Amino acid sequence: MPGRNLLYFLHEGLVNVVRHGFMSFAAVGTTAACLLIMGTFSLLAVNADSILHRLETENEILAYVDESYTDEDTLALKAELEKIPDVLRADFISKEEAVVDFAAQYPEEELFQSLDPEILRDRYSIHIVNIERISQISEAIRSLPGIVKVNAYEDVAGGFVTLRNITSLVSLVLIALLFVVSVFITANTIKLTTLDRRDEIAIMRMVGATNAFIRWPFVVEGAFLGGLSALVAYALQTLIYNSIANGVTRNDLLKLLRIVPYENLSRIVLTGFLLSGLLIGVGGSLSAIRKYLEV
Amino acid sequence: MIRLKDVEMSYDNGNKAIRGISFTIDDGEFAFLVGPSGSGKSTIIKLLTGEVEPSAGRIMVNGFSTSNIMPRQIPLMRRTLGVIFQDFRLISNRTVYDNLAFAMRVVNTPTRSIRERINYCLDLVGLTNKASNYPTELSGGEQQRVAIARALVNNPDTIIADEPTGNLDPERSLELMELLVRINELGTTMLVVTHEKALVDLFGKRVIMIDEGHVVSDQVGGYRLHDEENAYAGGSDYAWT
Ligand SMILES: Nc1ncnc2c1ncn2[C@@H]1O[C@H](COP(=O)(O)OP(=O)(O)OP(=O)(O)O)[C@@H](O)[C@H]1O
Ligand SMILES: [Mg+2]
Repeated sequence: MPGRNLLYFLHEGLVNVVRHGFMSFAAVGTTAACLLIMGTFSLLAVNADSILHRLETENEILAYVDESYTDEDTLALKAELEKIPDVLRADFISKEEAVVDFAAQYPEEELFQSLDPEILRDRYSIHIVNIERISQISEAIRSLPGIVKVNAYEDVAGGFVTLRNITSLVSLVLIALLFVVSVFITANTIKLTTLDRRDEIAIMRMVGATNAFIRWPFVVEGAFLGGLSALVAYALQTLIYNSIANGVTRNDLLKLLRIVPYENLSRIVLTGFLLSGLLIGVGGSLSAIRKYLEV
Repeated sequence: MIRLKDVEMSYDNGNKAIRGISFTIDDGEFAFLVGPSGSGKSTIIKLLTGEVEPSAGRIMVNGFSTSNIMPRQIPLMRRTLGVIFQDFRLISNRTVYDNLAFAMRVVNTPTRSIRERINYCLDLVGLTNKASNYPTELSGGEQQRVAIARALVNNPDTIIADEPTGNLDPERSLELMELLVRINELGTTMLVVTHEKALVDLFGKRVIMIDEGHVVSDQVGGYRLHDEENAYAGGSDYAWT
């Protein structure tokens, strides 16, 4: 855009927006609504992913060692366990340590403070890197000679993986769908302005204005509509996310989910909305103006 | 300079509008293009402005070959042309001044040279006092003079006019044609399409006559102005053949 004409294009673009106040309003409303839905589902997916990630890092698989194994054999198992794919590390916990941990978990229970370590087993606490493979991993652990029992929260993990996958998929489909809808609506709004500017467009072409020059005011119009939609959607998204997050933290059970704080996301949300909004606006304007620029 | 060489052109529906036309209009020349309705006059204008493409032959317009021009070059070629239509084609929600300024603005004319040029062109067409009027507040003749001023503002090498007097009464038509002749005398090449043989005859300029997509005659001729006996009396169409 040649600098000299910047003001001209901005002016013409804004005149277009104002002249079709109602349609502009409708386009901004629809686009903002679409962005909001896209944003909400993306944030849902982000949270599901964060919960999964936490499960991955915090969740441990406990593998109990055969009592008949000697200390030497038991310690040798560490290397075997860490050889299994997607196992991050295996930490040995002796039964003596396990008894101390156990007692520490229940400081008020007299009975638990002086247990005989011999009633427990030596064990490995195993951290994995890919929770989606938790079933295969625990199966592999179970089949190691010397491991007698494996404790893994496979169902919980599996449930979360499924949930995460579903939200990701739904988000992707919705985003694609709503993107097309928004482009279409914006294109229709801008078509209206191209329609009542078609005399001007014809004259511009006749006197030799370049296609780029003819296009710019409409691109500005689209970018403005898209940008405004993004800001509206951002404001609403902030409100909605924070109130949901508040609701979740106040609920004793749900707060275990630990929602990702909005401060960590707001910048990405704003950038994402602005980029999508501009893309929608500019895409809509280019598709609206296309047929006027054929010859 | 405008040059057509063996040009043929068919519309998408197979309608063969131009069937082999050649002529040249030199810089500074004035030529009328006449012929019956449907003979292909407007199609030739569209070929010159690059709105339609020839199916055969070569077309040169002010140094551009419109028959194999790159799309990016078309706007540059159009800047060498001023075009005038029967229906004026002014922008109704802009004043006379803004109509002209718009035509200059959109080809990147620096703002400071716009005012001066517009004043000159409005003076030339005699509409200085109508600068701030809207087109609907003007008579047909005045509107067409605004269109002429607009064709002139970007200082084109050539003006092509497609029936510029088609919507005007005989007196206005005569005035308008005299204005075009004057602009031509100031150096702009002029190609004027018209139906009105009587008007053409008055000026004694070159007349290219086409029929059914062919040139049927190309000669200088016509009555002289102020010839009492054959004084121009109105816009009745002669039979051309
Ligand atoms: N867009 C079009 N599509 C198909 N055929 C067309 C089109 N425009 C014109 N024609 C045909 O091409 C031929 C030449 O038309 P053109 O408009 O050039 O005639 P003209 O000499 O300007 O006539 P008039 O004096 O009535 O304006 C005619 O037979 C017309 O029907
Ligand atoms: Mg015609």
